[in-house]
Amino acid sequence: MPAGTVVRMTRIDNKPSDAAPDAAVTVRGLVKHYGETRALDGVDLDVREGTVLGVLGPNGAGKTTLVRCLSTLITPDSGHATVAGFDVVRQPRQTRRVIGLTGQYASVDEKLSGFENLYMIGRLLDLPRKEARARADGLLERFSLTEAAKRPASTYSGGMRRRLDLAASMIGHPAVLYLDEPTTGLDPRTRNEVWTEVKRMVAEGATVLLTTQYMEEAEQLASELTVMDRGKVIAGGRIDELKARVGGRTLRIRPADPGELHPTATALDEFGLTGPGRATVDTESGTVLVPVLSDEQLTAVVGAVTARGITLAGITTELPSLDEVFLSLTGHKASAPQDASNALEEVAV
Amino acid sequence: MSSATLTAPAAQVSEGRIGLRANLRHIGALVRRNLLWIRQDPESMFDAVLMPIVFTLLFVFVFGGAIAGTQNRDAYVNYVVPGLMAMMGMNIAMGVGTGFNQDFQTGVMDRFRSLPIARFSVLIAKITVEIGRMLVATAVLLTVGFVLGLSVANVPGLFAAIGLSMVFGFGIMWIFLTMGVVMKNAQAIQAMGFLVLMPLQFGSSIFAPTNTMPGWLQAFTDYNPLSSLADAARGLMNGGQPIGHDVMVTVLWSVVLTAVMAPIAIRKFTTKA
Repeated sequence: MPAGTVVRMTRIDNKPSDAAPDAAVTVRGLVKHYGETRALDGVDLDVREGTVLGVLGPNGAGKTTLVRCLSTLITPDSGHATVAGFDVVRQPRQTRRVIGLTGQYASVDEKLSGFENLYMIGRLLDLPRKEARARADGLLERFSLTEAAKRPASTYSGGMRRRLDLAASMIGHPAVLYLDEPTTGLDPRTRNEVWTEVKRMVAEGATVLLTTQYMEEAEQLASELTVMDRGKVIAGGRIDELKARVGGRTLRIRPADPGELHPTATALDEFGLTGPGRATVDTESGTVLVPVLSDEQLTAVVGAVTARGITLAGITTELPSLDEVFLSLTGHKASAPQDASNALEEVAV
Repeated sequence: MSSATLTAPAAQVSEGRIGLRANLRHIGALVRRNLLWIRQDPESMFDAVLMPIVFTLLFVFVFGGAIAGTQNRDAYVNYVVPGLMAMMGMNIAMGVGTGFNQDFQTGVMDRFRSLPIARFSVLIAKITVEIGRMLVATAVLLTVGFVLGLSVANVPGLFAAIGLSMVFGFGIMWIFLTMGVVMKNAQAIQAMGFLVLMPLQFGSSIFAPTNTMPGWLQAFTDYNPLSSLADAARGLMNGGQPIGHDVMVTVLWSVVLTAVMAPIAIRKFTTKA
């Protein structure tokens, strides 16, 4: 198949040389201005095939602008991005063939039924009539929408609409799926519904770039994380790595006898491994908290406590929350709305 | 359920060029979408169905007597129906802009624009459906006209007149499509549309001969393409006046409008952030 060979060569040429060999999306130095503001200010990231990259950031961080660049809806001012080997600026048509987009606002046609929405997109993706019909039926069933298939989407609940939206972006078997804040504005139950579907797609091998404002969402769905703030990537890596980098782990020790809480804390301080005064007593839960930086320290701490003859009823290690991660990376809370950058995100939408 | 698997080799990712047949298929799918809208929401056809009825009755019975004299009501039907035909095209064309604008407010347009289809196919589909609506409106108008005593001396001329108003409506549509892309909301387009359409429609020979108007207004009506279109339609249907000039002016206007506005509309549409 000579045509296929050509495509393969083009793909390899387009990827930056420092990209991981299995990178499905590569972004290098991406910049997008809106007037004076830099919505994207030199963004670099990779999404490896078959993984979910979470892009975490507050309103106005540039997440939506990034997704719009990567889905060819807007053209970046400078920088370079490839999707499945295609350059998003120079090969927009090829790029559109390999992506699926689920926007911040469910982008389904409310006047059409669920089936007609999916059938239409199937036809726009060049599926023959019969196949488009079968694909629509299959996806409706998969996303538990078969019963509502004939009703106009305007009668759907918020969760059903998002599911239809997800189904619509899956029709073309996209190599990469963008989920732009897929659960913003949903109630917790509906959010879980969407998470379940996304987890299932991931388990089946989908490659996903997910933007979110919710720490919990990133933790639930993503394996790797890029933290963005004001158009810049401020941190990136595997979620547990990122947490470890920021605060290490916290060891929560529960002595069998609550009267031994303070002796336990003293023992740990005297032991000196974690620095004096670092062990804190949480009388409410009957535990002592100690930050530890390595597995060796963890073992040593447990040894020190048992050496004093204190019986332990429980030990757990806790990772710092992503809220804490964001706070320590940016100096401000992730959820705190930034007035200036809010306006920016509106421009980007 | 193999039809719903998620990971399959990305579809034929060859050149990325979209052939004519594929374009027609895409336009067909998008036209179907607009037709389903009408089925879902039949009220959206009210303007195409009711407007010609209301306007014809209004002008023939309310103003017709005053304009042409009660003895000449039939003659006025023959005068005003071809004029209204010219007007229908413009009114329907305005709808194209508002409908298009609403698509941008929801995320649907983003989805279309991130699909591997030529972006102009979205525009062409919309225009195709609106031309269809114009034809419906014209059919209703003519039916009402015939009931009220419209007579047509030249049947091929009637079809030529219908064709001419479609051509002109097509040209006008590009203006409203551009407005639909550029302007903030549908209401703004409607308000703006009326501001432009009202003087154009009433400052023309659609409803009344222009020879009683003051000279400065006649200068305007003479250059108003709607006058040309209305006069051309009258001449084509019932003769009685030379039509060559009016037909030419109308066609020229349509061609110029399309040549200037279509590229702008397409450009604004493809580059809209």
